[in-house]
Amino acid sequence: MGLDGPESKTKPVVLWLGTNTCAGDLLSFLNNNNPGYQTWVNDYVDLRYDYLLGVSQGPQNIEILDSTLADLPGRYILIVEGTIPTNSYEFCSVIGIKNSEYWTALQAVRELGAKAGHIIAAGTCAAFGGPYAAAPNPTGSVPLQAILRERTVINVPGCPINPEWLMGTINHLILYGVPELDSLNRPRLFYGQTIHDQCQRRAHFDNGVFAENPGEPWCMYKLGCKGPTTYADCPSRQWNTEHVSWPVKANTPCIGCTSPEFPDGDMPFFEHLPDVELPGIRMQANQVGRWAGLFTALGIGSHLAANIVTGRLAGNYKRDLASSRRKRLLKKKILRKKF
Amino acid sequence: MKKIVLGPFTRANNSCMVEVTVENKKVIEASCSGTFFRGFELILQGRDPRDASYLTERICGICSSVHGTAASYALENAAGIRPPANGNLLRNLIMGADFLQNHIRHIYLFSFVDYLKLPQKGPFTGSYTVDKRFSQKTNDMLLEHLFQSIEISRQAHEMVALLGGKAPFPHGILAGGSTVPPAADVVMNFKSKLEKINHFVRNIMLPDVDILAEVYSDYYRIGHRRINLLEYGLFPKDEKDTQRHFPGAAVIDGRLQAVDLGVIKEHLSHSWYSEEAEAQHPTLGQTIINRAKEGAYSWIKAPRYNGLPMEGGPLARLWIRGDYRAGISTMDRIVARALEAKIIGDLMESWLVRLEPDKPILTPFEVPKQAEGIGLTGAMRGPLGHWLRMKNGRIAHYQIITPTAWNFSPRDNTGQKGPVEEALIGTPVEDENQPIEIGRVIRAFDVCSSCSAHVIYPGSSTQNLTILP
Repeated sequence: MGLDGPESKTKPVVLWLGTNTCAGDLLSFLNNNNPGYQTWVNDYVDLRYDYLLGVSQGPQNIEILDSTLADLPGRYILIVEGTIPTNSYEFCSVIGIKNSEYWTALQAVRELGAKAGHIIAAGTCAAFGGPYAAAPNPTGSVPLQAILRERTVINVPGCPINPEWLMGTINHLILYGVPELDSLNRPRLFYGQTIHDQCQRRAHFDNGVFAENPGEPWCMYKLGCKGPTTYADCPSRQWNTEHVSWPVKANTPCIGCTSPEFPDGDMPFFEHLPDVELPGIRMQANQVGRWAGLFTALGIGSHLAANIVTGRLAGNYKRDLASSRRKRLLKKKILRKKF
Repeated sequence: MKKIVLGPFTRANNSCMVEVTVENKKVIEASCSGTFFRGFELILQGRDPRDASYLTERICGICSSVHGTAASYALENAAGIRPPANGNLLRNLIMGADFLQNHIRHIYLFSFVDYLKLPQKGPFTGSYTVDKRFSQKTNDMLLEHLFQSIEISRQAHEMVALLGGKAPFPHGILAGGSTVPPAADVVMNFKSKLEKINHFVRNIMLPDVDILAEVYSDYYRIGHRRINLLEYGLFPKDEKDTQRHFPGAAVIDGRLQAVDLGVIKEHLSHSWYSEEAEAQHPTLGQTIINRAKEGAYSWIKAPRYNGLPMEGGPLARLWIRGDYRAGISTMDRIVARALEAKIIGDLMESWLVRLEPDKPILTPFEVPKQAEGIGLTGAMRGPLGHWLRMKNGRIAHYQIITPTAWNFSPRDNTGQKGPVEEALIGTPVEDENQPIEIGRVIRAFDVCSSCSAHVIYPGSSTQNLTILP
């Protein structure tokens, strides 16, 4: 093994920038198995900047970013990990020193984002704001799309990302162009269905068999599971890349970490979703199972049931339906760019 | 005399900034800056205390399990409960696997690359070329081990996922215990991975570190500082937690004493916060952001123990245990980290045998409405403390002091340097354009700038970010 693959010219150039982040997404990405990180950087991409593992220091790093910007405008993939402090809080995230001045994450993202071929927000912080932007958002932080308003940011949320969600998205970009995205710009490939719809414990939900404490092998709904409102393929894919487990299999609730409202909209983590209101019916959470079972029996699709449960999703669902055709057309126009 | 500024300084779990002044080929002045601020403890306020274990894990991607653990200890302390025997063992195993992940990744991916000749490609582009002493053959071998370490550390994270649901940010660590019963298939899978990792640590990583220590033996004399160390204790021996496998202690000039939490004060004079009259205990401190403050250079506050800058990490823990007291230097720090990985791997094998398949793993409990709790543990890079106060069943105050706040702290109110700054003084710099020695000294501490983003309480406007105890 070694780094002796084809010359970098022939491989897509990737820059991975860290803003206000815990590095959890890159560390999770290191868990990818096929290919592993070393094979990936050797054979598949030219990862010129890696804020975590990069070997070069200080001015050299700035030079690498500058020269990529100058030499390959429109031809590099920019991955941003982390949320971005704005306004008077800009200095809460400083990337380094450029032209003898502090170069903030906000400046870096603007400069690098403007000329990137494709832009990926890796992790929930970059995609939606995430934990550091949670109330009261002490650093006035915003997700990447809020800064790069004119660009399409592909959101690959998750706290952290499952390594295969990100590897899959990058690979899709390289091989086939932009993947089909949902209304939140997440690749449908990985975020197309709710956790609830794919959950192995769905039968327990339908039968009303609920865990009373973490560590029990039943449905986690009453313990606060956000599976009904969370779009991700954790139940079928599982974690990490040996696919050995996932939070519900570990007898704990899903906390909705791929959702735009994470974590504020998902907390308290151990309290169940609001009571369900349907026209003429009001249900307590502990009755939900029975009713959902009935709806299924009546032929109401589980997807719809889940959306009704959430309220929020019902709204999303409608908006999505109304605008999906227009959006898809728009995306095709703007994004079907290839290297 | 030359000033060298390294920013971004990578391989510090996210990046940070370092400024040194070099005269006659030696560092005579050094300052280390945390360049990220997140205000995590403010975010925790008003939330359900049960959520703290999952939410505080999000402070750090490389050591998430220890934050989950410290938060769980704090809530157990507040609620007056203990986990069952299995619960303690399972949490230790998740944490242990995360330690192995961290130590292996740190030694090879963060640290070793400063000593190897690297192919100028991808993330290796732009590496310094000076002072690479290994023969081509040894260099090639170490490079191959470096790539192997990625696969090995990946399996350590799979172990975290086996018992915790996923990694990083495992769900299996909660107040009351753990959540995945030690079924035969899970335990076997875990054990098999552990054996592979232990084999790597014993037969590849330790010998590699020996080679490094031999070829770069001058680094036993570089990065030296006074023997002031602090650890709170790591891995409870049983569910009663009367003893820990790695005991806690404060070491002042080489002499051990029991830890007194009351003498920990946070200094603000060189941090971007408005100053209070005097240094404060962490549970009392107020924080007001002041980015324009004269003389300030870091978002990190300067915690001091009885007025002294204290160093934490594997070397501190092994020193306290009496396993390793050869010295306090850059190479000692690296060697201790490798040794600790071996000791933890051995301990984990002994814990696996003690698991009882049909016994409880979690103690259910009522969350108290009004209570206080402290959660202390060793983390990969030093002492970690969570201080919790609850009112009306919600978090009224949460305070976290991370290891990197200790290690990477700026100067304090009396002008004393932080531990990394102390260690940098006197470091030789052969080539000012390629100051490779600086990175070697800093990284031996396993600095984590994610963790350093400490505790702040900014309020609503920038002029007057108020803040509270």
